[in-house]
Amino acid sequence: MAEEMNGKPYVRPITSEWIFRHPRYLRYMTREFSCLFIGGYTLLLIAGLKSLSEGRAAYDAFLEALKSPASIVFQVVALAFAAYHSVTWFALTPKALPLQLGEEFVSDGAISGAHYVVWAVLSLGIWVLAGAF
Amino acid sequence: MGERQVELEVLRYNPETDREPHFQRYSVACREEWVVLDALNHVKETLDPTLSYRWSCHMAVCGSCGMMVNGEPKLACKTFLRNYHGVIRVEPLRHFPIERDLVTVIDDFVAKLTRVKPYLIPKEPKSVEAGEYRQTPAQLKRYKQFTLCINCMLCYAACPEYGLIPDYLGPAALSLAHRYNQDSRDGGRGERQEELASKEGVWECSFVGACSEVCPEHVDPAAAIQQVKIRSTLDWYQEHLMPWLKK
Amino acid sequence: MESVQSDVAIVGAGGAGLRAAIALAQSDPKLRIALISKVYPMRSHTCAAEGGAAGVIKPDDSLEHHFNDTVGGGDWLCDQDAVDYLVQEAPKELIQLEHWGCPWSREPDGSVAVRPFGGMKKQRTWFAADKSGFHILHTLFQTSLQFASIERFDEYYVTELLVHEGRCAGVVAIEMRSGQMRRFDARALIIAGGGAGRMFPFTTNGAIKTGDGMALAYRAGVALKDMEFVQYHPTGLPSTGTLLTEACRGEGGVLLNKNGRRFLQDYGMGPETPLGKPVFKTMELGPRDRVSQAFWQEQKKGNMMPTQWGDAMLLDMRHLGEKTINERLPLVRDMSISYMGVDPVTDPVPVRPVVHYMMGGIDTDTRAATRLPGLFAAGECACVSINGANRLGSNSLTELLVFGRRAALSALEYVKAGAAPVNEGARAALATAAQGRLRELMQRSGSGETVAGLRKEMMQTMEQNAGIYRTSEGLTEACAKLSELRRRYARIELHDKTNVYNTDLLQALELGSMLDCAEAVTQSALARQESRGAHQRLDFTARDDVKFLRHSLALYAQNEPPRIDYRDVVITRSQPGVRDYSGGGGK
Repeated sequence: MAEEMNGKPYVRPITSEWIFRHPRYLRYMTREFSCLFIGGYTLLLIAGLKSLSEGRAAYDAFLEALKSPASIVFQVVALAFAAYHSVTWFALTPKALPLQLGEEFVSDGAISGAHYVVWAVLSLGIWVLAGAF
Repeated sequence: MGERQVELEVLRYNPETDREPHFQRYSVACREEWVVLDALNHVKETLDPTLSYRWSCHMAVCGSCGMMVNGEPKLACKTFLRNYHGVIRVEPLRHFPIERDLVTVIDDFVAKLTRVKPYLIPKEPKSVEAGEYRQTPAQLKRYKQFTLCINCMLCYAACPEYGLIPDYLGPAALSLAHRYNQDSRDGGRGERQEELASKEGVWECSFVGACSEVCPEHVDPAAAIQQVKIRSTLDWYQEHLMPWLKK
Repeated sequence: MESVQSDVAIVGAGGAGLRAAIALAQSDPKLRIALISKVYPMRSHTCAAEGGAAGVIKPDDSLEHHFNDTVGGGDWLCDQDAVDYLVQEAPKELIQLEHWGCPWSREPDGSVAVRPFGGMKKQRTWFAADKSGFHILHTLFQTSLQFASIERFDEYYVTELLVHEGRCAGVVAIEMRSGQMRRFDARALIIAGGGAGRMFPFTTNGAIKTGDGMALAYRAGVALKDMEFVQYHPTGLPSTGTLLTEACRGEGGVLLNKNGRRFLQDYGMGPETPLGKPVFKTMELGPRDRVSQAFWQEQKKGNMMPTQWGDAMLLDMRHLGEKTINERLPLVRDMSISYMGVDPVTDPVPVRPVVHYMMGGIDTDTRAATRLPGLFAAGECACVSINGANRLGSNSLTELLVFGRRAALSALEYVKAGAAPVNEGARAALATAAQGRLRELMQRSGSGETVAGLRKEMMQTMEQNAGIYRTSEGLTEACAKLSELRRRYARIELHDKTNVYNTDLLQALELGSMLDCAEAVTQSALARQESRGAHQRLDFTARDDVKFLRHSLALYAQNEPPRIDYRDVVITRSQPGVRDYSGGGGK
């Protein structure tokens, strides 16, 4: 009998199955995972800058490499993850930055909405600077 | 007045007789409007008096009956059988040691709650004779939602960070500290900051957000924690970049 | 047996116990305080109180008004010196809680807001939305965390008091997590163990409200006072008994019978007041005893709505509007939707009277002291007699603060007076005997008497015979049944004979407490041949001030039913009069 009992509180082991226990954990891990692609894309941009500093030929070669199928796939996936990351981040901003006007708090939608507006304006500004229009 | 046969699968563990926990199946005739707690009470009264669990108020305010229902942290008194089909699996709250059956050891939470100084440290001490502090409805609303924590610890069971890093102060303790920080009568943020901004404090949180999703009282611990992070960051910048502003 | 040394031990860590602990810690930081509770403090049933706490604060109110409302509401069975102390101390205690951070609801100018409550002539109920008790409990619990001298013993169930040579010297308790017994030596003891509503099947009370504190004192020879006065709260959800606070009516909700008539006007609480404009001390702001009794009368006439859980009346709050309901009664809305499937914003909610509060309890004086030297009591478990025959809503949260603190100060005085400690040998012998009794219970077998079986019979007996209206016949039957149940309880058999968190054992001990309290209720009720406040006899329908303007005292007699004794009510300036709730504003 003595061997059959534990005698003290039972501590359950933690395994990685928690990720699949509820969709929220999977969504969270996806958000965390997205940073790899965002980081990867940042490295790509640095490589581009480096090639730019090395002269016209190097930069053209870099631009050519961007057009390879593997590169395009990577960029599409990176874009998707970046968009996912941004959307989830903006969805969380009302929690981190609540704004109380008088007695009432500004609605969550208004706060995330304001972030989207700022995002759009900044993006537009960059496009204008880049001569897209 | 519908009745329905409900299959409950309850995690049992008695340290005096078991080496590890095991599931036990109970088949219970339940009324349609019952909650999981009613079903457990029915088991205890009619089938198995040895089943142990905590409960009291049956109105989601005492915080005793937190348990995992089909893998989700829930208050058994507010988890309706009508929302479940098939076997209902009931386990003790995750991330806490099992004392016996559905009863967990919660010393860790109580100790952490004590550490964050969850009490008013007055900005300006006042005698009772001098009457109450003035606090406008807007000032009240600033912290009110964080007062609603019933210490049920569902958030700890939902938080993977707490599961992986047991030293983490965790959602309820942090949001209760933030509750006092946000109170217009309080001047104790500096004192609490030592715990809150420590390694085991808000910076262990990676904003999974599960705590807020499972909170039965709609407290938003995730929000509290992010707000403390922002304040702590501002503190850091103030201290390192604008030291002349300090005091 | 391991022993724990303290200067003052407190049994029960709800509102009264925590308030006492803080008062002790603040009075003398060197004091060793043991706070013993069968649950973690935040689980205590104070958390379920909704409406608020009464205390005079607004300029149009006065202590005299609060005094008169309380004494009249209690049908003159209140001790008026105790009521005076309560109303004087009430505002101070509520401000003290404010200083500790209690999130009281506020007026636009930042002062505390108050709301009307049943039987009160003015608005004087401080509230924190409809979770007042919850906020009071958590404010006290969290405040208590700053005092290192308060040593908590959470989830310890006290089985007996240590009484030697006519003095209380501590307790013995079971540590739930180990099943081990501990002896708590204390120079003074405060019992703050809460009420005993669980002896009834349909109650707002949580599972833990089993009268343990009352039974401890009772078995140690302290009388249980006025136990026949059991308060039915008029508005509980028929499905679960969940409380919908009186503040529903304070905010303007009305009660309807099945024909849509505001029937209270037919029971001396009229004339009808305008919808949404509640008038103090009449109609829906009548006292709880009268409103619950009116329900019973209407039910007899067949005017109540049949539901699958029995007859109900309707609590109509629709005219308050969604904003007010969300701001002031959020819990009420949530509970109604969750447990009844009815949204008070759009539909009237079915409700019926439900056992809510014990006016009676451990006999204490205005110092919160019992007749047993070294023993003090406060909160619902005590009867200092501020509630008399019927408690006014929102006086109990105030009571547990005022008398929780008072018990602490009296205990401290007693300790400072320096009675010689009971010798170690005597304590050890008492504790060993207590342990022996517990061991015998654990090992007993063969009778087939179970906790669930006996508990069910007790509840049925109480519901049938000790409800809103009582008769000699019913009470006699109940007394006989309870004697039988107590005899059978002496043979009760546990299924679970293990040590760790044994809830079979815990529930058996709780049942023992409830049976003792229940017998005190029915015996006191049988002996009180009059109708007063919450004690209504169909065979003695009038109040009898000649014979019964007295407190009943139930004295424990081991295996026999309690002996019932009486003591005069303390009357200082309010002579018994007519309780008038007919819209004239009362007295």
